[in-house]
Amino acid sequence: MMNRAFFQAMGLGRGRCRGDGKGRRKGYRCHEACCKGRDDTNLNDIAPGEACTICRLHGRGSVRQRLLDLGFQPGREVKMVRNAPLHDPIELQLGDSFIVLRRREAAHIEVTHA
Amino acid sequence: MPEGAPWLVALAGQQNAGKSTLFNMLTGLQQHIANYPGVTVDKKSGSYPADGQRYEVVDLPGCYSLAAFSLEERVARAFLLEDRPDVVVNVIDATNLRRSLPLTFQLLEMGFKVVIALNMMDAAERRGLEIDIAHLERRLCVPVIPVVGRKGKGEAELRAAIAKAATTDHVTPATLNYGALEEDVARFQGKLAAEPALQDVSARWLSVKLLESDSEAEALLGTRLPNPHGILDEVYTARKTFEKRHGLSSGDHVSYCRDRHAAAIIEASITDTKAGQVPVSERIDRVLLNRFAAPIFLMATVWAIYQLSIVQGYELTKVTWPFLAGFRNFAAGILPDAGFLTDPQIRSLGLWIVDSINTLLNYVPIFLILFALIAILEDSGYMARIAFILDRILHRFGLHGQSTLPFILAGVFAGGCAVPGVMATKGIPDARARLATILTVPFMNCMAKIPLYTLLINIYFPETKGLMLFYLSTITVVVAMLVAKLLTSSVLRNEETAPFVMELPSYHLPTIPGVLRRSFDRTWLYIKKVGTVVVAIAVVIYVLLQFPGVPAARQVAYHAEAEAAIAQFYEALEGNPHRLAVEDPARLIDLINVQSAYRAARLNAGGKEAVQAMDADLAEAHPDFVPFVLRGRDADAKAANQALRTLTNQRTTLRREMRSDRIEASFLGHIGRGLEPVTQFADFDWKINIALLASFAARESAVSTLGVLFDQDDGENRSLEDRMGAQQSSEGRTAVSAVALMLFFALYPPCLATVIMVRVQTASTGWMMFSIIFPTLLGLTVASAVYSGATALGLTGLQTMSTVWFAALGLLLVVALPKPWLPDLLAGRSREPAQ
Ligand SMILES: Nc1nc2c(ncn2[C@@H]2O[C@H](COP(=O)(O)OP(=O)(O)O)[C@@H](O)[C@H]2O)c(=O)[nH]1
Ligand SMILES: [Mg+2]
Repeated sequence: MMNRAFFQAMGLGRGRCRGDGKGRRKGYRCHEACCKGRDDTNLNDIAPGEACTICRLHGRGSVRQRLLDLGFQPGREVKMVRNAPLHDPIELQLGDSFIVLRRREAAHIEVTHA
Repeated sequence: MPEGAPWLVALAGQQNAGKSTLFNMLTGLQQHIANYPGVTVDKKSGSYPADGQRYEVVDLPGCYSLAAFSLEERVARAFLLEDRPDVVVNVIDATNLRRSLPLTFQLLEMGFKVVIALNMMDAAERRGLEIDIAHLERRLCVPVIPVVGRKGKGEAELRAAIAKAATTDHVTPATLNYGALEEDVARFQGKLAAEPALQDVSARWLSVKLLESDSEAEALLGTRLPNPHGILDEVYTARKTFEKRHGLSSGDHVSYCRDRHAAAIIEASITDTKAGQVPVSERIDRVLLNRFAAPIFLMATVWAIYQLSIVQGYELTKVTWPFLAGFRNFAAGILPDAGFLTDPQIRSLGLWIVDSINTLLNYVPIFLILFALIAILEDSGYMARIAFILDRILHRFGLHGQSTLPFILAGVFAGGCAVPGVMATKGIPDARARLATILTVPFMNCMAKIPLYTLLINIYFPETKGLMLFYLSTITVVVAMLVAKLLTSSVLRNEETAPFVMELPSYHLPTIPGVLRRSFDRTWLYIKKVGTVVVAIAVVIYVLLQFPGVPAARQVAYHAEAEAAIAQFYEALEGNPHRLAVEDPARLIDLINVQSAYRAARLNAGGKEAVQAMDADLAEAHPDFVPFVLRGRDADAKAANQALRTLTNQRTTLRREMRSDRIEASFLGHIGRGLEPVTQFADFDWKINIALLASFAARESAVSTLGVLFDQDDGENRSLEDRMGAQQSSEGRTAVSAVALMLFFALYPPCLATVIMVRVQTASTGWMMFSIIFPTLLGLTVASAVYSGATALGLTGLQTMSTVWFAALGLLLVVALPKPWLPDLLAGRSREPAQ
């Protein structure tokens, strides 16, 4: 936790929170129209070592297609493996493969805790 | 297929599935690398014979699917559609079947004869995966050949399967059932199959693509059909209805069906005997990617690369240099002999070209080591981890995690080459970051920038050499980052970007042949690409420096001086028996040439025996010249030797002065003077302008041109440092001027070879021009501002450099760190453009 506060202070951590005061642990939010007003759990809210299940993919275009191709399909289980030393990108385990994405892309993946 | 025409075989598969490895296995050395038309994606093709037939093999770019989203996928897809290969070998990483099979389904849907090469069976075995090949074949209805590309296992079976597939008539493969969408797929399939204009395209594949909202499939329909709107409208309606009914777009559903089907096949054909165990790679990563250990390990790696390639490679060049020098002496020997004052044009030009080639070849040992180490980093899988560690920082400046490799190659700290650096940007998937990388890589300190730094630092900063070098080598990185940020938020703003989504490959032990091959290939490419350019440019610069030549009046004066010197020589030999040998003036020229060849060879000779052998050779070939060339014992020989020494010294001085005059009068000299009004603000005089212009051809030449221009009249052997220092200070130049010059040189446009590579990699002359003009303006602005500012403030050279360095660092931090005082104004901008 201390680490996170430190990186946030450095501006190296998660993106700016919008401070909606709901008191839930919130990570990087996607600011694009498709995700505006979304307040569900996404991959950014998962701590290293935790696993979760993919519900939906937001976003569109090539990012989304690439994520689908890599196997980020609804219903599959993902494990958050680790953060990069500077907190972003993150490494995920999906089945047998280890995949790295930026938090901004991870914000497009809506999940539920397993 | 007419008898004798080769079968066309395409290798398709994901990135790192081992396509290139299998390609090399199949074709051996018979391969040819070019670009796909219009894009900078490599097209690797080769061929092999079997049973009297040729098989032409094409290594397609890696792709996850055949959607039209990424450049590689578009290229692969266009190839498949337009060239219709007879057999498609689908290369699959056996440890990653689930993600690979969707591509297989698409290839089958397209109606190709597919052979699956199930590669990396060794790795799968180690992972504890038991794969039921027979079951896979049954489910997919295609041959599945287990191979280990790295060890060549399964090669014969793969060849046999390809031959069999090429000759057998097509069998309809099992098709994937799309469940809720199947009805629509079948309906459009029927309609499309009935279109005579679409007979060469698989109707089922096209039907699925249309339902997936694939823009290129729609475009295909538009070009083939006179009136595509009927079908397209129906497709739109079908998509909408599906989405409304199932709450899921039809495209997602297709993708989901493929994934489910892959999962089902794998469930039935693979047994994981080590399920639940942590893979070895992950265990390694727990250490290497640990938050605290990762930066340390990364620094250690970069340091090791630097030590092994640059430092040790430099040692190696000391071993190889005598060969290059021997080559020069050899060329000097076969070219027409030198004259007393002026040489035949062909000789000067020939030696000039040999010198240019030698500077280039001198770096070959360094490159061989550097490229081998880079190949090890890539093959082992660590390169991907470097991108993972550094992406955060690089992304801040509009770059990409994968920009690391180009920067390392170009010489992040000191000593690299921008040519391979620019070449290595190929792998960056994000077009904007890739262009920004291409345009900033040349700021790194390539090996050829170092000599000028060393020269100036030795003259002006003899006490603080280390600090100055540190400043210079770090400021270039800082500037590169700032420029990248500037470019990506201005001229490059509208370029396409791509997300950073990358698979971390498992760690592999690199193989020696693989590493050597890559290292030789890349070095050879460097020699080939750069070599031709350097020779061409060397000729141009030669002409610009040589013509129109020494003014006639000066020429007369030089000839008079030369004659006086010769007369003096004969006078000194009056009464000397050795004078007989050179009684004829033509013999005198021979003598001078023999002596200079002897001297050059002697410099290159190693050890006493070699020198003795040379002396013996000389005595045999020119017995009467011996007293002149070798230091004799008796008085007459001594006098002869002394007289010749005096004469050659005078000759050297005269020639040097003439060269200086020639350069001053040359075209390049005129340009250099013409630029003085602009460059005076940075305190560059015409001599420096000439050196900078010449260094555009090859950086190395900056120092040698300065060497010529700062020649002293006295002909004594003072070092260039002394000569230049004395002359410059007499003209009022200070350390501040040197700082301005070094900063300009650090920011100066890439050398021609790099510029050519920029043209190749961006496929755009516009960007090539930009890569020349922008750094020139930037360098000139910075140098002028620094010089004027520091002179106005009365700073010393070191103070100036420190100020500049800290200012740049400050600017970097301002750019990199978040700016809470800036409103959220920019939040909506700089998003990737809507697809
Ligand atoms: N363990 C193992 N590694 C392999 C095998 N075939 C290829 N590789 C390695 O996999 C990596 C990627 O191979 P490459 O041919 O470049 O893949 P491409 O991206 O599909 O062209 C290289 O480091 C190869 O050495 C194999 O059969 N077994
Ligand atoms: Mg390849």
